[in-house]
Amino acid sequence: MTATDTPAAGASGALRRAGAALAGGGGGTVFALLVLVFAVIFAINPGFARPPSLLAFAQQAAPLVVLAVGQYLVIVSGELDLSVGSLVGAQVVVAARLIDGQEPMTLPVLLLMLAFGAAVGLVNGLVTTVLKVPSIIATLGMMLVLYGAVRLWTGGAPTGALSEAFRVAGRGDAVVLPFIGGVPWAVVIAAAAGAAAVALMRSPYGRTLTAVGDNATAASFSGARVWRVRTLAFVGSSVLATLAAVLIGGFAGVTAQVGEGLEFSAITAVVLGGVVLGGGRGTVLAAIGGALAVEALFTLFNQLYLPSTIQPAVQGLIIIAAVAYAARERSRRSPRAPAAAGGPEKSPREEV
Amino acid sequence: MSLRLGTTGLVYVALAAILAAGAALAAARGQDLFTTANTVDLLTRSSLLGFVAIGQTLVILCRSLDLSVGYVMALSSVVAATAMAGQTSRIWLGVAAVVVVAGLIGLANGLIVTRLGVNAFITTLGMGLIIKGYLDTRYKGPAGEVPAEFQLFGYTRIGVVPLSFAVMAAVAVLAVVFLRRTRTGVHMYAVGGDAEVARMSGVRADRPLLAAHVLCSVTAGLAGLLIASRFGTGSTLVYSSGYELESIAAVVLGGTYLLGGRGGVGGTVAGVLILATLDTVFNVLGVDPFFKDVLRGAIVIAAVALYARRQVDRAATPPRFPAPSRVPLLRPPRPPEAAARRGGRP
Repeated sequence: MTATDTPAAGASGALRRAGAALAGGGGGTVFALLVLVFAVIFAINPGFARPPSLLAFAQQAAPLVVLAVGQYLVIVSGELDLSVGSLVGAQVVVAARLIDGQEPMTLPVLLLMLAFGAAVGLVNGLVTTVLKVPSIIATLGMMLVLYGAVRLWTGGAPTGALSEAFRVAGRGDAVVLPFIGGVPWAVVIAAAAGAAAVALMRSPYGRTLTAVGDNATAASFSGARVWRVRTLAFVGSSVLATLAAVLIGGFAGVTAQVGEGLEFSAITAVVLGGVVLGGGRGTVLAAIGGALAVEALFTLFNQLYLPSTIQPAVQGLIIIAAVAYAARERSRRSPRAPAAAGGPEKSPREEV
Repeated sequence: MSLRLGTTGLVYVALAAILAAGAALAAARGQDLFTTANTVDLLTRSSLLGFVAIGQTLVILCRSLDLSVGYVMALSSVVAATAMAGQTSRIWLGVAAVVVVAGLIGLANGLIVTRLGVNAFITTLGMGLIIKGYLDTRYKGPAGEVPAEFQLFGYTRIGVVPLSFAVMAAVAVLAVVFLRRTRTGVHMYAVGGDAEVARMSGVRADRPLLAAHVLCSVTAGLAGLLIASRFGTGSTLVYSSGYELESIAAVVLGGTYLLGGRGGVGGTVAGVLILATLDTVFNVLGVDPFFKDVLRGAIVIAAVALYARRQVDRAATPPRFPAPSRVPLLRPPRPPEAAARRGGRP
């Protein structure tokens, strides 16, 4: 801001900046989209604006929010995690088989699931960083291994049952507030995971993670241990996928298909939030906003009575349009990424 | 050149080793891996994945990616079967319709990637979802009918070689010639290696990428034609078979660098044959189908880890400056342990 700026010009500048933040294709845009989608939903169905409906929506969105936070950690570090969908499926099936309806087994099995999730993330991370396998292949391989191993173990169809205590997280209420009604545990857990991730991204580790995603070589010259930072991001993603599995298992129960396609939904959510594939840009809050926007769109489709089969097509159009919009704004504003091919260290195609 | 041959050579050595190991395992169980039925099974499996993987190779060489190929296959099989409508005279109409539809989808992918700056992962994922939505809404089951003459494409054999495999091999040869002998083909390596350097050298970076996306969708369309001719009808559910990820695995298994610029179709064909051999061996040995997934995932990761070692090593010795005491063309592939020792982390 220069000395010639009058207060009025400053105010209009602030307005313009706010407008740019909302329309700029970054984190703000997704919240503008979210508000827009909700406005349409409320216009169609005014009853949806009441707290119980909104909380039910939040409960349904909670697993995707948790998954998006995990995927965000990996994407911002410049990698991808395709194994989360199949990890969610594996964890739910493992939980059902080991708990088998016995209440005392709940806590030990939860601890075992956490350990298993952390181990899967560790393998993903080490294979990517130490063995130098591109993360898309490493996590794709993990997806195949988990998919096959769980079905091999259970003989094809999931067996056993979850305990009531296990299902509380997915379907129970944490507190019942006056006027608002029951606040589901799932919402509390997702909010806690989001808050923890925001705090993490402000810590030295979070800063290093973003730096590694932006330019791993520069980060490594500055003293960051790139392999350790990225491996921890994969562990975080798998542990959060485990948490999402607890929520999904409790909410929806055990089926052989649980978790299928969730990895792409999570990536869609994160990218819709303006987080750039290839790493180094975007915020946790925007990723959470992306997850909420994806769920809100699904709700809108239901309200519009669109046939469920057309939903993927609309989802596909929206994700392409959203990313194209973000790419256009980014290339217009940032001199570092010219529209033609991008800077030498980060061309658009490198962001795959 | 010699280095590229080195990687492709290694893939074929791996293929021979897997064939030998599979044959030995089968023999230990008193079975023969190379019976006519098994060989035909192996080659038939490879022809379908082969078409998709050849196109995927071109896209990956340009540092792009195509996750929509499975959906393009499904759509193409439906387009072919409905356009042919069971009449011999309409076979060419069906084939032409598939090439046009698939080509347009590839063009759309390419334009979104190049003009709108959307990265390929999102573009082709979104395109796949759009096609899936269309197929699921429009068709509730198998659609159309393929005339008996066109079904010959899927079932004719020349000795033990299925016609479809011969066609796939011919397409592979065309692709190799295209990559080595045409301007667009050579530019694909340039753009995949470094788009910025290619641009500064006067290559229009968009064109090879567009061409790769169009060709990739067209080869996926050919795979869809093969499916239509095998099933005798258009099958929408093919998209759930995971061909997009399997084709990427085959390409990477074939030694093509996932970040573009290095590799080739020759290696990809070997990668496809390795995956098909594994499937056939597992079938002959009666391995649990779920255990197959576990093994396949582990093998793909292990193979790519092995190549990654070689690539780290190769980055350390640029091909323009070969070690003075060696003749590059005769240089044997370096054992992976040596590569691992030389190419540690910076």
